[in-house]
Amino acid sequence: MVVISTEREAWQGFAGSRWREGVDVQDFILRNVTAYSGDETFLSGPTTRTVTLHEQVSRLVEVERERGILDVDVTTPSTITSHAPGYLDREAELIVGLQTDQPLKRAIMPRGGLRLVETGLAAYGYALDPAVREIFTKHRKTHNDGVFDAYTPQILAARKAGIVTGLPDAYGRGRIIGDYRRVALYGVDRLIEVKRAEKVTLDASHSDEATIRDREELAEQIRSLGELVEMAAGYGYDVRRPAANAREAIQWTYFAYLGATKEQNGAAMSLGRTSTFLDIFLQRDLSEGRLSEEQAQELIDDLVLKLRIIRFLRTPEYDALFSGDPTWVTESIGGISADGRSLVTRTSFRFLQTLYNLGPAPEPNLTVLWSPRLPEPFKRFCARVSIDTSSIQYVSDELLRPRFGDDTGIACCVSATQIGKSMQFFGARANLAKALLYAINGGRDEISGVQVGPAMEPLRGDVLDHDEVMERFDQVMDWLAETYVDALNVIHYMHDKYAYERLQMALHDYPVRRTLACGIAGLSVAVDSLSAIRAARVYPIRDETGLVVDYRIEGEFPTYGNGEPVADDLAAQLVHTFMRKLSSCRTYRKAEPTQSVLTITSNVVYGKHTGNTPDGRRAGEPFAPGANPMNGRDTHGLMASALSVATIDYDDALDGISLTASTVPAALGRTREDRIGNLVGALDGFIDARGFHLNVNVLDRATLLDAMDHPEKYPNLTIRVSGYAVNFVRLTPEQQRDVVNRTFHGSV
Amino acid sequence: MSVELPFPVVDSPSPTAKPPVRGSVHSWDLSVGVDGPGTRFVMFTAGCPLRCLYCENPDTWTAAGGRSMALSEVMERVHRYEPVLKTSGGGVTISGGEPLVQPRFTAAFLRECHRSGLHTALDTSGYLGAHASDTLLDDVDLVLLDIKSYQPDLYRHVTGHEIAPTLRFAERLAARSTPVWIRFVLVPGLTDAPENVEGLADFVAGLPNVERVDVLGYHRLGVPKYGALGITYPLTGTPEPTQAQLEAARRRFRDRGLTVT
Repeated sequence: MVVISTEREAWQGFAGSRWREGVDVQDFILRNVTAYSGDETFLSGPTTRTVTLHEQVSRLVEVERERGILDVDVTTPSTITSHAPGYLDREAELIVGLQTDQPLKRAIMPRGGLRLVETGLAAYGYALDPAVREIFTKHRKTHNDGVFDAYTPQILAARKAGIVTGLPDAYGRGRIIGDYRRVALYGVDRLIEVKRAEKVTLDASHSDEATIRDREELAEQIRSLGELVEMAAGYGYDVRRPAANAREAIQWTYFAYLGATKEQNGAAMSLGRTSTFLDIFLQRDLSEGRLSEEQAQELIDDLVLKLRIIRFLRTPEYDALFSGDPTWVTESIGGISADGRSLVTRTSFRFLQTLYNLGPAPEPNLTVLWSPRLPEPFKRFCARVSIDTSSIQYVSDELLRPRFGDDTGIACCVSATQIGKSMQFFGARANLAKALLYAINGGRDEISGVQVGPAMEPLRGDVLDHDEVMERFDQVMDWLAETYVDALNVIHYMHDKYAYERLQMALHDYPVRRTLACGIAGLSVAVDSLSAIRAARVYPIRDETGLVVDYRIEGEFPTYGNGEPVADDLAAQLVHTFMRKLSSCRTYRKAEPTQSVLTITSNVVYGKHTGNTPDGRRAGEPFAPGANPMNGRDTHGLMASALSVATIDYDDALDGISLTASTVPAALGRTREDRIGNLVGALDGFIDARGFHLNVNVLDRATLLDAMDHPEKYPNLTIRVSGYAVNFVRLTPEQQRDVVNRTFHGSV
Repeated sequence: MSVELPFPVVDSPSPTAKPPVRGSVHSWDLSVGVDGPGTRFVMFTAGCPLRCLYCENPDTWTAAGGRSMALSEVMERVHRYEPVLKTSGGGVTISGGEPLVQPRFTAAFLRECHRSGLHTALDTSGYLGAHASDTLLDDVDLVLLDIKSYQPDLYRHVTGHEIAPTLRFAERLAARSTPVWIRFVLVPGLTDAPENVEGLADFVAGLPNVERVDVLGYHRLGVPKYGALGITYPLTGTPEPTQAQLEAARRRFRDRGLTVT
């Protein structure tokens, strides 16, 4: 058989057998990885070719920033094969492939929702081709239409009031990571063969709804793999066979990812955990003398350059919610294997090196899976890159590995995914601060006065009673969890039906493990409010309709983020309680409920829709992002704040707990060497204390203020917000103010 | 050695039995890399004999500015952070105020921390160095010695007190081989005269136990505290030093073979 001989050739020099028999990339990595425990001195700078190509991209991005979008194809709903091959510079590119036929030209993906496409186009002065509108209004229903057919009045009311919000009901849900590496290791022919075999296992099953759906999905997956072959062939590559060298491995992996981004405008389109996988191919070519270090770095630089220009058509409101023009091309780097070996390779360094070779940037979202056991030189290099670029984030490998194994990647910001084995139904978040206000107001919304939550007798009396508030809060959370999960069930049913991720799911095992990734916002506001009600005297102020619209606080109260067990434990308990409530809900496709404490930058919008709170926060003021203590209330330094956040049990928030910390360089030490060593120590300490995630910004507030006034001086100023990096000058003025007002640790 | 006490000991032990050790504590922080190596639990004690013109913490001048805390209460917090302090290569730093205003509390704190295997640092002006017994110093791994000036008249002008006790303390630490990081705050027009800086640099260069010298720039971040306390700020109009001024001062130390940061 032809396939067998190409495999033999492509796999020459690789060890292990299990991965040869079945699809098992993890086994391939563990059998073949060459861990690297040295330092960064082997790395290469950018070649002239890379610099020239990067300049070309920078010029296009600059025009895009001025116009909002560079260009868009308004007539062709995007599929894997809808667009002719596109190039940046065909002669110079080492890795090829664009989402459309031109760089930065956006595509329309109406299957998620037509309204989003139309408003997105209108915002930038474009109009949808009438023929496309006709198709998607008369002949083909969208995910968005389906969802609104099935939403209940209760869900609609909760959504309108902003107690559940950010729901992926008008666009692609995203957060699914295909195992794009499979295409490189096995070639598409083999993957189709495996998918066909999986489908055969269903032939004998009774044709009930679940089985029919599975059969149809598998058929779609097989079809999408065929289209991937066709798309790659357009660029002159035959991905039916396995990649035979490093350049092909990178190209094949990228094609698979690119195919996904041609068909899905997902909220987050993460890459997975590719660097150590690709290193095996690079290492083979290097040791056989087929590649130099400079060439190896060039290939990674070229890949990363491509990942930086992934674009989706979204509305300005969406961008305002999530900052800039995010795509969350998250790549997970480093980590330790289940048998205790370091998974840091030279390519882990090479990915980080792109932040020097191509300058700092928010994408791809480089995420280091940190363990105190990682090789010291790698840890120091990470710290150095953080101090220089503020462009990487850290997630605890020590918490991930025992729960998800050693081939776990981060989807979006902080969501663990077993690559190729699990997927999540992304669920945005519920607003716990608002829920507390509903408890005080008998289910009425504090801004509109409308009865949104469960009707309860409003709280009487001059002073809020802690026990009474807690009892009501518990009831509101019951209602909220149920309403919220109801909404998510509807959304994901319709997404599967109308905008199924064929290619991404083709790169998963069958059957797949599903989680329902719920989330919460406003944690620190709710916690500090409860702390105030318990430790101080909080007098509600009512309007003429009896609605509590403000609070007068007498006395002091401990706040979350200062190592005060009373306040920190409240946070841990609240997260635990809401998780318990989510766990008792019935979920679509029996997905396992999880939750995140993550807001990205939506903390600004959630705050805007939430009235005065009993902690003294004024109506409309932003919440703290993610699991962060409230801005300015954590007064004992970055580490005290981080360790308070670490008291939240990861098992109560398996979709991730996000912390963003900003510090001035001087607050890490006097010299550069000290700062590097101290940041390594702080990260070790935080992870050791069961902290889950840390975004580190090493910046002066003055720099940010200057960038607000002179954006042209800071085109590449990248900062971390919860779980994600953004280009600071692309934030709305409101978000910029929010970032500047966050706690900066240390003075001078 | 003869013990000379230039300032009343606030927490001298009561003659009867052993009451629980208490101290006046202003606040605490977890800092990274600025109060000794690594991540550190920094306890700021209240009360200080000096009245430095550029002081950024006038709220720690008197013991009344703090809260009376039992040592056990403080240690509970230290123990909470103990793993992180160790993992990060950090430890504890007792600062102030002036910790040696409360030598019994300071000694007990350092002893407890040392017993837990934590790296300990004492941040002091050295003026009350005589309050530090040899036993206390046995529990100190690093002294952050803040020498406010070198010329005796200038020292008196800046702090309101004599420099001699500080220099004696520095020499005592050298004799004990206790590691020291020298701190010196450069205030334009006040402490930056070449002869003042060079005098200090010469003195420090003669101490073999000095591991590094931190030349810190004067800043005005403490000014609002003066307003809040109803105290007139003595250095109104004094500018913060420029990078060039700081670099010039650092060079004077570096020229004498010292490690300067």
